[in-house]
Amino acid sequence: MDKFISHTGVAAPLLRINVDTDAIIPSREMKRVSKEGLGEGLFAGWRYLAQGARDPNPEFVLNKPDYAGASIILSGDNFGCGSSREHAVWALKEYGIRAIIAPGFGAIFANNCIRNGLLPIVLPDEAVKALAASVEKDPQTNKIHIDLEKKQVTGPGGKVYDFNIEDGPRDMLLQGLDVIGLTLRHKADIDAFKAKDRLARPWIYLERGG
Amino acid sequence: MAQTLFEKMWNIHRVTALEDGADLIAIDRVFLHERTGSIALKSLEAEGRALRNPALVFCTMDHIVDTFPGRTDETLMPSGKDFIQSTRASARRAGITLFDLGDARQGIVHVVSPEQGIALPGATIVCPDSHTCTQGALGALAWGIGSTEAEHAMVTGTLRVNRPKTMRVVFDGALLPGVTAKDMILHLIGAYTAAGGGGYAVEFAGAAVAALPMEARFTLCNMAVEFSAFSGMVAVDDTTIDYVKGRPYAPKGPLWDKAVAQWRTLHSDEGAVFDKEIVIEAGDIKPTVTWGTSPGHAVAIDGKVPDPSLVRDDNLRAAMERALAYMDVTPGQHLTALKIDAAFIGSCTNARLSDLRAAAALLKGRRVAQGVKAICVPGSTQVKLAAEAEGLDKVFTAAGFEWRESGCSMCFFAGGEHMGFQERVISTTNRNFESRQGPETRTHLASPLVVAASAVTGAITDPRDLMRGHDG
Repeated sequence: MDKFISHTGVAAPLLRINVDTDAIIPSREMKRVSKEGLGEGLFAGWRYLAQGARDPNPEFVLNKPDYAGASIILSGDNFGCGSSREHAVWALKEYGIRAIIAPGFGAIFANNCIRNGLLPIVLPDEAVKALAASVEKDPQTNKIHIDLEKKQVTGPGGKVYDFNIEDGPRDMLLQGLDVIGLTLRHKADIDAFKAKDRLARPWIYLERGG
Repeated sequence: MAQTLFEKMWNIHRVTALEDGADLIAIDRVFLHERTGSIALKSLEAEGRALRNPALVFCTMDHIVDTFPGRTDETLMPSGKDFIQSTRASARRAGITLFDLGDARQGIVHVVSPEQGIALPGATIVCPDSHTCTQGALGALAWGIGSTEAEHAMVTGTLRVNRPKTMRVVFDGALLPGVTAKDMILHLIGAYTAAGGGGYAVEFAGAAVAALPMEARFTLCNMAVEFSAFSGMVAVDDTTIDYVKGRPYAPKGPLWDKAVAQWRTLHSDEGAVFDKEIVIEAGDIKPTVTWGTSPGHAVAIDGKVPDPSLVRDDNLRAAMERALAYMDVTPGQHLTALKIDAAFIGSCTNARLSDLRAAAALLKGRRVAQGVKAICVPGSTQVKLAAEAEGLDKVFTAAGFEWRESGCSMCFFAGGEHMGFQERVISTTNRNFESRQGPETRTHLASPLVVAASAVTGAITDPRDLMRGHDG
């Protein structure tokens, strides 16, 4: 898995609540059995003028020259709600997004981010809006800095915002851990648990074919 | 000490506490479908990782398949067959059980899993699909995950989970005639917002929930994710146990008795403490419809489109203003005045046999209004066959509904099929997001009764008006 330690980048404000994963990557843009080839479909419904076509909507934030190369999204509460499709995260990542700062995230989406080296940062609504205001005059110069070790976001004016993240997800991101490998270190515990559980709840343990 | 149902489930499944604060939770069942499961299986193959126990992993075809009669692997979306064929090949190699096209057990994952007795009371069930919470209605702990976490569950038999907080939503009293589980959940989300359940495992309780038949409980729990909850659950009772008995993968003989004895303990103890509690009087709930682009944009059917200028929260107000423009509705407008272009009965929310019966009872002897496209997609092939055995298909088709094969269908572009540009659709599905059902399509979520009544009149309609008409 990709590591996330620190990052400095252009931040694009998409300040609306409940940005759902259908908006991040519409069903019609998930065309292959692959984690790749999804960046073009990112925010397709908002980013392009007509469905299926690729004419950019000049009003959409990521299409504005000021926000070219954006790698951070600032958004409203409940970002990534809705469908569990991990394609939303793969699309963001392929586009070049490294972190999203919002007052809250869809739970499945936040997990999907961490499993793919993307950092979901929870900051209060006022802080997100203040960050958006601090970048908007010249987003290419007024970059945002994120330090996951210190758990801090620094705005272009030097204002520092502390954020919380659970230790588990933080370690996974800092070290780029192979999560399955990490869990398999507990294989003896799992085996012992399942052996005991099989006696307590034998009906759970189906044999092949029912 | 008195425990909540959730705490009991957590304790039964906790393998160990991890060094990072999460718990390692044993997973009893993994269900996959061809959109997100295909990629998980393919990824495991690429990494050379084996499944811990393929007998506990199931897969169905629902998200990409089309629903036209006589369907094949081909879909309207040219690459659709790649998902179907990739899933089929990977499932065979992994040794998991697949409910393929043409299999009488095929259907929408959250309909099929309980129907086959794969989801059981007291089980942990995960699927790379957000509506997995549906299956919590059995007194199970069921939640949606991503594809990468599905890989983790298949390889290790566990997931690393930070324990959510607990919430109980109590529906006291009794529902009025014409009011359904769909109206209960829309009412809840309308009152407490689409983010209201964030961080909580929700237990639905109270007299009105206990009175719900099993299929209605699935509808209630299905939209727990629309409330942003980790999961939704209902305690085990006779209704649960009667439902599970005799299902293909349910325990039999002495194992059944042993299982039932454990399942009978799966309820919150008297005096158990929840982190949050909400109480709703069921008798106050009316048929409920959404007017906007979030499931939280829900109002009683005899209500009006709300006025954002009365809302103090800036973010909610901005979202409402955006939704008003998208939906082409105005504050103060009566919902029942809205003309519709299409009516859709389907999805993991509301396409079980009881849903189709309720809609058919209203449609019998009536016709869909001129110019309204009406489609019914049974939740599973079993539901379709059972409906046909009692002649419901004839009622739907005589009324002017299309009668389809089972799949997710137009809940979202499944098979590449969708509603028309800016069409207004009354739908039994779960999400009214922008462009979810088609390009700029305007979706109004509602119960099967509301959808059937609206299909008949051509405008959003309170089903109780037509039900009264039938009575006399």
